[in-house]
Amino acid sequence: MNRNLKQAFFSALLVWAVAFPVLGLKLSIDGINLIVHTQGAYTITIIAVCSVLMFLRVLFDRQWSAMMGSRSGRKLVSPAVSNFLTLPRTQRWIIMGLIVVALVWPFFGSRGAVDIATLILIYVMLGLGLNIVVGLAGLLDLGYVGFYAVGAYSYALLSHYYGLSFWICLPIAGLMAATFGFLLGFPVLRLRGDYLAIVTLGFGEIIRLFLRNLTDLTGGPNGISNIEKPTFFGLSFERRAAEGMQTFHEYFGLPYNSINKVIFLYLVALLLALLALFVINRLLRMPIGRAWEALREDEIACRALGLNPTVIKLSAFTLGAAFAGFAGSFFAARQGLVTPESFTFIESAIILAIVVLGGMGSQLGVILAAIVMILLPELMREFSEYRMLMFGALMVLMMIWRPQGLLPMQRPHLELRR
Amino acid sequence: MSREILQVSGLSMRFGGLLAVNGVALTVKEKQVVALIGPNGAGKTTVFNCLTGFYKPTGGTILLDGQPIQGLAGHQIARKGVVRTFQNVRLFKEMTALENLLIAQHRHLNTNFFAGLFKTPSFRRSEQEAMERAQYWLEKVNLTEFANRTAGTLAYGQQRRLEIARCMMTQPRVIMLDEPAAGLNPRETDDLKALIGYLRQEHDLTVLLIEHDMKLVMSISDHIVVINQGTPLADGTPEQIRGNADVIKAYLGEA
Repeated sequence: MNRNLKQAFFSALLVWAVAFPVLGLKLSIDGINLIVHTQGAYTITIIAVCSVLMFLRVLFDRQWSAMMGSRSGRKLVSPAVSNFLTLPRTQRWIIMGLIVVALVWPFFGSRGAVDIATLILIYVMLGLGLNIVVGLAGLLDLGYVGFYAVGAYSYALLSHYYGLSFWICLPIAGLMAATFGFLLGFPVLRLRGDYLAIVTLGFGEIIRLFLRNLTDLTGGPNGISNIEKPTFFGLSFERRAAEGMQTFHEYFGLPYNSINKVIFLYLVALLLALLALFVINRLLRMPIGRAWEALREDEIACRALGLNPTVIKLSAFTLGAAFAGFAGSFFAARQGLVTPESFTFIESAIILAIVVLGGMGSQLGVILAAIVMILLPELMREFSEYRMLMFGALMVLMMIWRPQGLLPMQRPHLELRR
Repeated sequence: MSREILQVSGLSMRFGGLLAVNGVALTVKEKQVVALIGPNGAGKTTVFNCLTGFYKPTGGTILLDGQPIQGLAGHQIARKGVVRTFQNVRLFKEMTALENLLIAQHRHLNTNFFAGLFKTPSFRRSEQEAMERAQYWLEKVNLTEFANRTAGTLAYGQQRRLEIARCMMTQPRVIMLDEPAAGLNPRETDDLKALIGYLRQEHDLTVLLIEHDMKLVMSISDHIVVINQGTPLADGTPEQIRGNADVIKAYLGEA
């Protein structure tokens, strides 16, 4: 009891030590002097209450955990339900449902909502692409944003200097990103685990700094602006068409409405995301998909069976990068502006968080996680400065309660039919 | 007399100051079963690792069908038809038995990206054939009913059999078994013996094995090579080895 009491006392003191300087004190400037005020009685009371609660919590730690232990028998979600939800077949139906909803709702949603949905779809694409590298092949890639940047700048540069249209540049951007993935993969893939993560991290930064300092070509920190938006079979969505072009609303005899452009961009994003979903879904069931998983499980056994680990890793890296390239070129088209600051490490971290949060290897999980990761910060705008704090706390809690991710998927087994 | 398929001479492997294998020579003829025996730590597995390209030998030559293969990467040697199992079973534990067998056929399959994307007839056929071959071998090693179970959940003896079946999917010419009978009960050991006999008879396979079970070694080997502390100690038919004073001394110590 004595030890508990001491610990509880320390914990309560710690609450004061942490909370009082941060919340309880306020600095203000009076002339040239810096004055320290204490906050009002209200804040102090809250800190006091918190420290008392902490004191009690630590003091009655054993009783508390006993109480929680008796409750933990009942799971939040029953095993039968969670088993049903992780079945590949169920997840396929849920994805189908989501696609139908995604196709219909922009025509009813508000402009801002459709815009955010477009952003979510970009992250879905990125998440699905990174899922190949991290979730399936088990290669930790912290520089994924580098390929995203390569895709974005490929379109931006080609459009800026040669006036090529989005639809021509899209495959080129994918190819460029894939090439970079291939080139990076060659020297790097003999590394594994942490070492690979560090090298890829460096790669992402190199690309960003390169784009930033190559001022003559890329406009340096200012980036490239006025990038053309995608067209609908040559029809532009602007109010007035450029020379020799026609606008969408004139061609169809509709009054001009700027929301058409937003919806069109959304549909393009949806198309690309669906394409990524389909291709990756097929890849899983192809020999190469099996080889990725096998490599993740046991590289030595793979070699003993005549599988070339380098080729298999390279293919995962290259394909993953290609999807980032597609997403990047769409990002550039939607934004109309690319700057190196759009491709900082935090983007890589967010994409990785989407993959891990969703449940490694699960496509539905990635989609849901992308929605959560993009939507939450938007919804929490009211809490402004505490937004990122809550966001971080949420992720920590998530990893404690559901380390396997939001919605993991049981592997789709090939069944032997008899 | 049949041809010599594997000729190893003067094989040595040095790890820093430690000479783990020193001048080992081996000759394996087609369709022979050759056993590599020796006390624990004698360097048997190191020899295997050199032969299958997991280590680059520091000296000596390895000829497969007269072609030198020393220094090639592991997967290149496997593609030439030399595959191995591992002392501690290395299956893909999260995958089903069937999938384990499909992965081993990787380079015999249609891996064309677009063929797989659009499920072309040739892709479907290639996958179907792979399934049939897998099914054939599952039946051979008596695992058909466990085809859809994840490999990690199989019993130890079943895992050992599955590993051999997986090797067979690569259509090898030489199979190297590293202690295949370790951890098996007497009945399973008998099954293993029958399986090895079958592989040799029906699939013209050459078998090289490391084994501590002397009853098994003496009954199936055509030829036995004994190594002790990395150096070759004796070499001959089971009868010759059984009577060799050096071998008895190495195993039992000085009398």
